[in-house]
Amino acid sequence: MANKIPRVPVREQDPDVRRHNFEEVCFGYNREEAILEAGRCLNCKNPRCVQACPVSIKIPLFISNVLGEDFSEAARVISMDSSLPAVCGRVCPQETQCEGSCILGIKGQPVSIGKLERFVADWSRENGIRFSEREPSNGIKIAVVGSGPSGLACASDLARMGYDVTIFEVLHKAGGVLEYGIPEFRLPKDTVVAYEIENVKSLGVKIETDVVVGRTVSIDDLMDRENFRAVFIGSGAGLPRFMGIPGENLNGVVSANEFLTRNNLMKAFREDYDTPNYTAGRVCVVGGGNVAMDSARTAVRLGSDVTIVYRRSEKELPARAEEVQHAREEGIKFMMLNNPVEIIGNEKGWVTSMKCIKMELGEPDSGGRRSPVPIPGSEFVIDADTVIMALGTRPNPLLVRTTKGLESNKKGGITADENCATSRKGVFAGGDAVTGAATVILAMGAGRRAAKSINEYIREQKDK
Amino acid sequence: MFKIVKKETLTPVTVLMEVEAPRLAASVQPGQFLIVKAGETGERIPLTVCDYDRENGTVTIVIQIAGASSRKIFYMEEGDSFTDVVGPLGNPSEFVNVPDEELKGKSYVFIAGGLGTAPVYPQARYLHERGACVDVILGAKTSALVIMKERMSSVCDNLYICTDDGSEGDRGLVTLKLEKLLQTGRHYDMGVAIGPMIMMKFVTLTAKKYSLPLTVSLNMIMVDGTGMCGACRVSIGGETKFACVDGPEFDAYKVDFDEALRRQTIFKEKETETDHKCLIGRGKE
Ligand SMILES: Cc1cc2nc3c(=O)[nH]c(=O)nc-3n(C[C@H](O)[C@H](O)[C@H](O)COP(=O)(O)OP(=O)(O)OC[C@H]3O[C@@H](n4cnc5c(N)ncnc54)[C@H](O)[C@@H]3O)c2cc1C
Ligand SMILES: Cc1cc2nc3c(=O)[nH]c(=O)nc-3n(C[C@H](O)[C@H](O)[C@H](O)COP(=O)(O)OP(=O)(O)OC[C@H]3O[C@@H](n4cnc5c(N)ncnc54)[C@H](O)[C@@H]3O)c2cc1C
Ligand code: SF4
Ligand code: SF4
Ligand code: FES
Repeated sequence: MANKIPRVPVREQDPDVRRHNFEEVCFGYNREEAILEAGRCLNCKNPRCVQACPVSIKIPLFISNVLGEDFSEAARVISMDSSLPAVCGRVCPQETQCEGSCILGIKGQPVSIGKLERFVADWSRENGIRFSEREPSNGIKIAVVGSGPSGLACASDLARMGYDVTIFEVLHKAGGVLEYGIPEFRLPKDTVVAYEIENVKSLGVKIETDVVVGRTVSIDDLMDRENFRAVFIGSGAGLPRFMGIPGENLNGVVSANEFLTRNNLMKAFREDYDTPNYTAGRVCVVGGGNVAMDSARTAVRLGSDVTIVYRRSEKELPARAEEVQHAREEGIKFMMLNNPVEIIGNEKGWVTSMKCIKMELGEPDSGGRRSPVPIPGSEFVIDADTVIMALGTRPNPLLVRTTKGLESNKKGGITADENCATSRKGVFAGGDAVTGAATVILAMGAGRRAAKSINEYIREQKDK
Repeated sequence: MFKIVKKETLTPVTVLMEVEAPRLAASVQPGQFLIVKAGETGERIPLTVCDYDRENGTVTIVIQIAGASSRKIFYMEEGDSFTDVVGPLGNPSEFVNVPDEELKGKSYVFIAGGLGTAPVYPQARYLHERGACVDVILGAKTSALVIMKERMSSVCDNLYICTDDGSEGDRGLVTLKLEKLLQTGRHYDMGVAIGPMIMMKFVTLTAKKYSLPLTVSLNMIMVDGTGMCGACRVSIGGETKFACVDGPEFDAYKVDFDEALRRQTIFKEKETETDHKCLIGRGKE
């Protein structure tokens, strides 16, 4: 029986080697491995995996094409539902989505769906396969704010339907978090991200970088003066949070966003770029999510001795299991059930240490998560030369402030219904800008839903 | 790409450039800044927009050599292009929101230190055009470093120049001149100081003695300029603010200047203080 074969392991860079470089950690499957793994799929009639994928990729169908060695067809199947397979195959939290529901996972190991998706996407890139068919142009202009996964997905769907789409991006490079947040060693920029963006461009989408919508040009200007008939906002949740504890503005305390942006977008790790970054010495990363793991693993590669300080226990770590394991293998220390209460500096204003308090887990909160409570009198001090705050992010209020009639909720997210329509006619929104920090695939799913709604909206306008 | 259409050397370390950036030129207001990147591998450098021509779609920047990136820009020529120019960033000066009728007859004093002359210019011009009374105190180390003198005198009522060595105008610091004016009973509704952080700190102390309301523009270290990173954090009245989105202009009396001064040196230590164990890595000079 097919499912008796154990899950095909994936080759990875040795931890002792990879801690010193920024090359991709995971090598992915080669052809033989992919075919072998594809053979494990039972091709279920009612595939549970598909239901658990936020964009409902036809998983058994693409996998059977891999088994049949028709990789190009497999790629076509995936492309019907996802415009960023090489990205999602790498960074989706598969263990809680597609793979988390795979029937084989009940008794043994689920099919390695993410790695297969990645294989197919990488294969098509290496073989120059692109799916750029699109309807003839209808000349109707649509603007997309932000070039993260939600904006890219929305733009490519609309372009396929024949719309004339322009993406406006404030940074100097397109990609959103894929470019500035997720590190090179998990998601290579020049190959994977750049290629996915080329794909979107090959559909005729224009990308204008260096434009701050809300400042350089307002949404009202885009609609009234530049004749954009509808706007999709995919501006993400890029505003960093700090703890509000004493000493937080000392030199050497940085947000994960700053640290990662310097390294990813601004390429501080490369000698040929001018950007400086915080490196060397002892680095404490505060937080337990993907962003904390990415910061810690980046700091290790820049030569630091890294400790992650997290206020709950191992079980509650919000980061993906694979990330935590990779971090451990790379020599990162974890201090669980500890929370910083003060950052201490020297007479020159540089961080020297951090005062923490021990925590214990109290009663579960409304969401069922046990909330940490400080243990009185348990304060202690640890050395630190750099403190990286990885505490989560919020949506940027700029667009809500500068767009007439655009409403937001208490957490700063833009208010939008299930079809991504906002309070403002002709303006749609999705991804992190609406939900707060979430995942690539959810952002992409929202972008695609918005594209559908925008198409319907334009048609209704025509009928009137 | 954003083409440099005009370059003018103001001092041996300062240049003025007019750059094509139509969207930016159409929307910028006094008090705002932009970020330029000189090439693929360059840093993102914040610079004040010192003038704009909405019709021709150009903005004017003035840049002084401070380190590697500003030097790179200094040596760019007419016809060269920046890979990136983004803006306008930050909030316009507060008076931009005041109706023109109210500005008429109001009196402003600007205190510009060195390069601070450049950001003062569009503000003085804006107010002068609307009938406000504008005095400018322009300070520099020495005569050779005084910039934009003619341009400035055309947009203000009185231009006072001070140099540290007395080679032009009064000898002494701008604070001395400000104090003299205020002592002789000159009344101003509002003061604006722009220049090196240390100068703004001392102007604030002087202005305080005379209860002169004062605004300062904080040139913190920045990365994105859009509120995304927090590199530009400053304490304003005990609260942490991001200079790029909450500023760059703030009420001088609320600014924690000592913290701001210290935060400006973050990447300086890497070059000068090699014994510090927490070095900001990879000195890239
Ligand atoms: C370090 C890090 C690691 C992560 N790891 C994972 C992971 O492993 N797996 C996973 O699924 N998810 C991960 N995420 C989350 C995921 O990246 C986000 O949920 C996703 O990128 C959201 O997509 P988006 O399109 O909504 O927004 P973003 O990707 O944030 O893109 C928004 C874009 O809009 C631009 N923008 C904002 N305002 C304006 C404006 N006014 N004008 C013009 N442009 C504007 C921004 O510059 C940005 O480029 C991670 C996030 C971070 C920060
Ligand atoms: C809102 C704003 C407006 C500005 N307007 C102008 C302007 O109109 N003309 C102009 O010449 N400069 C201006 N600056 C300062 C300019 O951005 C810095 O001089 C420049 O970033 C230095 O870069 P560098 O690589 O040449 O020097 P670096 O090698 O990076 O640094 C040289 C020295 O400058 C300090 N420094 C680095 N970045 C900044 C910064 N953002 N502000 C102050 N000091 C810094 C460093 O600590 C170091 O001591 C402005 C800054 C801000 C934030
Ligand atoms: S997109 Fe993500 S959830 Fe869907 S199949 Fe691919 S890896 Fe799984
Ligand atoms: S649930 Fe698992 S075995 Fe079934 S189709 Fe999906 S991947 Fe294949
Ligand atoms: S420069 Fe990044 S938040 Fe201000």
